[in-house]
Amino acid sequence: MTDSKYFTTTKKGEIFELKSELNNDKKEKKKEAVKKVIASMTVGKDVSALFPDVVNCMQTDNLELKKLVYLYLMNYAKSQPDMAIMAVNTFVKDCEDPNPLIRALAVRTMGCIRVDKITEYLCEPLRKCLKDEDPYVRKTAAVCVAKLYDISSGLVEDQGFLEQLKELLSDSNPMVVANAVAALSEINESSPTGQPLVELSTNTINKLLTALNECTEWGQVFILDSLSNYTPRDDREAQSICERITPRLAHANAAVVLSAVKVLIKMMEILAGDTEFCNTLSKKLAPPLVTLLSSEPEVQYVALRNINLIVQKKPDILKHEMKVFFVKYNDPIYVKLEKLDIMIRLASQVNIAQVLSELKEYATEVDVDFVRKAVRAIGRCAIKVEPSAERCVATLLDLIQTKVNYVVQEAIVVIKDIFRKYPNKYESIISTLCENLDTLDEPEARASMVWIIGEYAERIDNADELLDSFLEGFGDENAQVQLQLLTAVVKLFLKRPQHTQGLVQHVLSLATQDSDNPDLRDRGFIYWRLLSTDPAAAKEVVLADKPLISEETDLLEPTLLDELICHISSLASVYHKPPTAFVEGRSAGIRKTLPARQGSADDSASAPETTVIPNQESLIGDLLSMDLNAPAPSMAAPAAAPTSNVDLLGGGLDVLLGGGNDISGVPTTAAAPTTTGLLGDIFGIPSAPTMYTPPKILWLPAEKGKGLEIQGTFSRRSGQMSMDMTLTNKAMQAMTGFAIQFNKNSFGIMPHAPFSAPPLQPGQSLEYSMPLNTTGPVQRMDPLTTLQVAIKNNVDVFYYACQIPIQVLFSEDGTLDKRVFLTTWRDIPGANEVQYTLNDVKGNTDTVSNKMTLNNIFTIAKRNVEGQDMLYQSLKLTNNIWVLLELKLQPGVPTATLSLKSRSVEVAPYVFQAYESILKN
Amino acid sequence: MSCSAIYILDVKGKVLISRNYRGDIDLGVIEKFMPLLMEKEEEGLLTPILQIPECTFSYIKTNNLYIVSTTKKNGNIALVFVFLHKIVQVMTEYFKELEEESIRDNFVVIYELLDELLDFGYPQTTDSKILQEYITQEGHKLEIQPRIPVAVTNAVSWRSEGIKYRKNEVFLDVIESVNLLANANGNVLRSEIVGAIKMRVYLSGMPELRLGLNDKVLFESTGRGKSKSVELEDVKFHQCVRLSRFEIDRTISFIPPDGEFELMSYRLNTHVKPLIWIESVIERHAHSRVEYMIKAKSQFKRRSTANNVEIVIPVPHDADSPKFKTTIGSVKYAPEQNAITWSIKSFPGGKEYLMRAHFGLPSVECEDSEGKPPIQVKFEIPYFTTSGIQVRYLKIIEKSGYQALPWVRYITQNGDYQLRTN
Repeated sequence: MTDSKYFTTTKKGEIFELKSELNNDKKEKKKEAVKKVIASMTVGKDVSALFPDVVNCMQTDNLELKKLVYLYLMNYAKSQPDMAIMAVNTFVKDCEDPNPLIRALAVRTMGCIRVDKITEYLCEPLRKCLKDEDPYVRKTAAVCVAKLYDISSGLVEDQGFLEQLKELLSDSNPMVVANAVAALSEINESSPTGQPLVELSTNTINKLLTALNECTEWGQVFILDSLSNYTPRDDREAQSICERITPRLAHANAAVVLSAVKVLIKMMEILAGDTEFCNTLSKKLAPPLVTLLSSEPEVQYVALRNINLIVQKKPDILKHEMKVFFVKYNDPIYVKLEKLDIMIRLASQVNIAQVLSELKEYATEVDVDFVRKAVRAIGRCAIKVEPSAERCVATLLDLIQTKVNYVVQEAIVVIKDIFRKYPNKYESIISTLCENLDTLDEPEARASMVWIIGEYAERIDNADELLDSFLEGFGDENAQVQLQLLTAVVKLFLKRPQHTQGLVQHVLSLATQDSDNPDLRDRGFIYWRLLSTDPAAAKEVVLADKPLISEETDLLEPTLLDELICHISSLASVYHKPPTAFVEGRSAGIRKTLPARQGSADDSASAPETTVIPNQESLIGDLLSMDLNAPAPSMAAPAAAPTSNVDLLGGGLDVLLGGGNDISGVPTTAAAPTTTGLLGDIFGIPSAPTMYTPPKILWLPAEKGKGLEIQGTFSRRSGQMSMDMTLTNKAMQAMTGFAIQFNKNSFGIMPHAPFSAPPLQPGQSLEYSMPLNTTGPVQRMDPLTTLQVAIKNNVDVFYYACQIPIQVLFSEDGTLDKRVFLTTWRDIPGANEVQYTLNDVKGNTDTVSNKMTLNNIFTIAKRNVEGQDMLYQSLKLTNNIWVLLELKLQPGVPTATLSLKSRSVEVAPYVFQAYESILKN
Repeated sequence: MSCSAIYILDVKGKVLISRNYRGDIDLGVIEKFMPLLMEKEEEGLLTPILQIPECTFSYIKTNNLYIVSTTKKNGNIALVFVFLHKIVQVMTEYFKELEEESIRDNFVVIYELLDELLDFGYPQTTDSKILQEYITQEGHKLEIQPRIPVAVTNAVSWRSEGIKYRKNEVFLDVIESVNLLANANGNVLRSEIVGAIKMRVYLSGMPELRLGLNDKVLFESTGRGKSKSVELEDVKFHQCVRLSRFEIDRTISFIPPDGEFELMSYRLNTHVKPLIWIESVIERHAHSRVEYMIKAKSQFKRRSTANNVEIVIPVPHDADSPKFKTTIGSVKYAPEQNAITWSIKSFPGGKEYLMRAHFGLPSVECEDSEGKPPIQVKFEIPYFTTSGIQVRYLKIIEKSGYQALPWVRYITQNGDYQLRTN
């Protein structure tokens, strides 16, 4: 007899019929009916209408029936909170049942019913269950504390459950200890202050290490994960922890092994001084990591992503294990790609021959994505392992001979990189490359090929013909290819001016007259001007030596790597992103990082407000897209005075410049010293912002910006946010080609219009106000108001982070109706209320209120209670987070109390800061 | 940790059963799972972890079912995957086959199991032997309520007390799987042995077992370095084995679970000769025919014999009219796998056999290129281990003092045994 029969009733009066069955006197009938209800629930029908009838069946001594009713309750209690209260009595009674199975079941289920009214009743039974004589009940109760904390953290703290939970860490039963640890870790992670609520002491650590030997495999993972958050007092303790954890590496459960690896690597960081100990330990890590590759493919994937981190942090551990990462025919694609990545990381002079022959093999497979990556990998090997470059190039040439379209294209892209790494070494292969021009249909490959032709124009006899053939379809090309074509033709012209004048004129007119792309037009104009004023300078600029590309381009940034190492085996380690990047709110936990090495100088001085972040990812993007080398640093001659005594191009320039102002938007008076004023006009900066704007601070110091200094602030005027910057060129040469990009940020802020600053002459400053909008991609930052900015010019790309004063994000429609304010205030739970004391408050309620209104903090109501003035205020952030505030002022007293309530209470400190700064001004 | 919810979906993405553990993610997000999976598959970016703004999906696929876990936190993802596979294992032990039908047939038990396996997203009891003691399929017809087996919270959570057998016996199977990867030139790229010691335990009470192997580390530490011993590169133990004891003096001591389980596994890289070596000559005459000459050589001791040898040779998918000639065994063409299988029932050591195959090829060539699947070999060699590992003793001590008989069996078989072709 099977349960599937319960699914087969779909008559019209089903609910009605079930209702009567549920109220049947016969126990068997009742049970059958509940099963039917659960079956309906399983297939997604709404059976919440039967709530009272099902709850009536709760009082039964049949365990199976009870479990089903509990299940029903968990599913529907939230939709029927008032009726759920009916179940409380039975729960409380069941928590006292002589059978521990039922006691545990009751406390487990009660914790899952997320209805406030029920939660109140949960406390007493929970307290008893935490002290139950049966370990099964205690271990269930331990988890229940975490559940309760999730619903109402205040209750857990007030009722002393934290202390009780802490006591369970010394329980005689290992399962109870494991669950208590899991619950505590979870509570610590979601602690509102960011500080763990319960710190682990040496004593507890010892108890945990003892329990580790006895509890289930899952319990071991809980314990190991919490140990990974512990920082031992000294080397001896760290060593003893290592010794006691090392045996876990022999556990059959991959999760236990990975968590043990996490703890060990962290401890090794602390013990870095003791090289002998660390070396022995390192040797023990390799075999278990290798064995993880024989687990299920999904676990392999997690292991490989983690190994990728470990290989970057500690390259020695796996340096002899190259072969295990060889790809098998039947590996899933995600495993193949990860293995390939690690192979390249491990590639060295010792094993390169093997690696190359494998990569060549992979390049003949059928899976296109895999093949592409394999070809790319060959290029990366060439760049990484210098002595192998020649072999890699030969391999790539072999692959080009296969004439498989995507292999050829991929090969050309990587050969371009090889040329950049080893200039003037492998040009002999250019002729082979040129044979394949016709097959290239992907922009990246075309652009690479064009770059190669331009770069080596003097060695390719028919370079002009080749480029000319590309020009025919210039309009249809991708922007990347167009830019490369433009540069390549100019290079060609500079190298072989005899017969190419027509060609260069053609391409310049294509770029400047027929294109809508401002980048292309700007570059066209610059070249044109250069060529027409000073061809010698043009040569120096356009044909300048390019910086070599770096060897290992895709390493994670060291601080991120350290953070991720602390998150081994977690989701963050798979994403290679910090948890804050994908976890919302508080549950992201405290930011982890490896402890500072003992004995090494503590260089973690308090972070300055402005930090220069080398964001590896975008850096690489720029390096590889090779767009950086192309825009030639131009010695922009004063455009207003065309002193073209060497006008190679005839009168074309003047004509073009005449019209150029309208088309390109390049400010005409770029060299005029009054840039500021002019720009002010262009961008319409009003005389004084009404809203409080903090003074400009230094964002990018000149020494970090290779001469570019940026000071800035944020402002908001009539609903328009902007980033106000002063750019100063402290370098010896002019800066051009400015572009700006923001990293994803908490509020989705992005430039509303592209950055179009004119060239900046040495010693000059420029005021620039960039309008912003909030339609960009959102990613939570820590601190919340951090904005990471990348700014590019002809010199380099620079990164800095700045803090957005939160008041610029206060939107103009932040006012609320009095009643709405009141109900909202009540609806937001007490846990979301934060208080703050403001000092040095000047003025009375009216002046304060006026000041606030200017900054989009709206006063909803005023009251006077017992000599105190109460202001009720609201504001709305651009991402629709409402913040409600109560400001208590006492006339004549300089301090004021501010209470804040918001669904997203994380914003509180920033709002307080805004109050402080607004009131002070 | 912290799975927010577990779903079992059919192959089309319809929810068969689900259990919400934390209530922090709307159960309805699962609607987005299948479209996302298809999208990623199309882009060639499929991974077992899929992300949407609301949560992260982690999934495994088994028997046309997707087992999916959702989470909002930075959970321990290794644990999630190991656990998902554990769910499949437990349910398979309960229902023989985990498939759409068995889920519908047993939904009540599945709910009960899901309740016991995981609490608030934290894995709890996952030993199906123990679970079966208090969660049964027959329901509890008697009004006697089940009690929790002590084992659930015991330090020995894998064995119940009071087990009784009339005849106390232990069967030990030492199974070594040989993984081999050779390239088309005949060079061995990788060869490793993955060994496992599987046990079937039929012992009464709470027996203490101690297993002795010819472990090199142990032999050297006890001054028997000269005897024949094996260096185990990485050993993994069932949770019943006292790991700290092993770490100290390499003693494998444990209280075993009842019935069948895998006690330990080990891995070693060896440079032994491949046990069965295949040489292949493939002559491809485009548009007309393709010819295979396959030579199989057994490179182990003459005394041993490999049984049920199967050599699977990939052929082009548009090949037709197969013709075979062989000195031994039989050859079958399996068009659905694009392969021929050469089966040899018994293949003694030190022998060499030959097989020739001939296929016609269509005159019009197919557009899409095919991969080059490797030749795969399956075999079993009884009474033989490649590594030379030996069980020296298995001591069984139980307080009632009964005599128990250990039976040991050795077998070597193929693991991932791939030989690339040209």
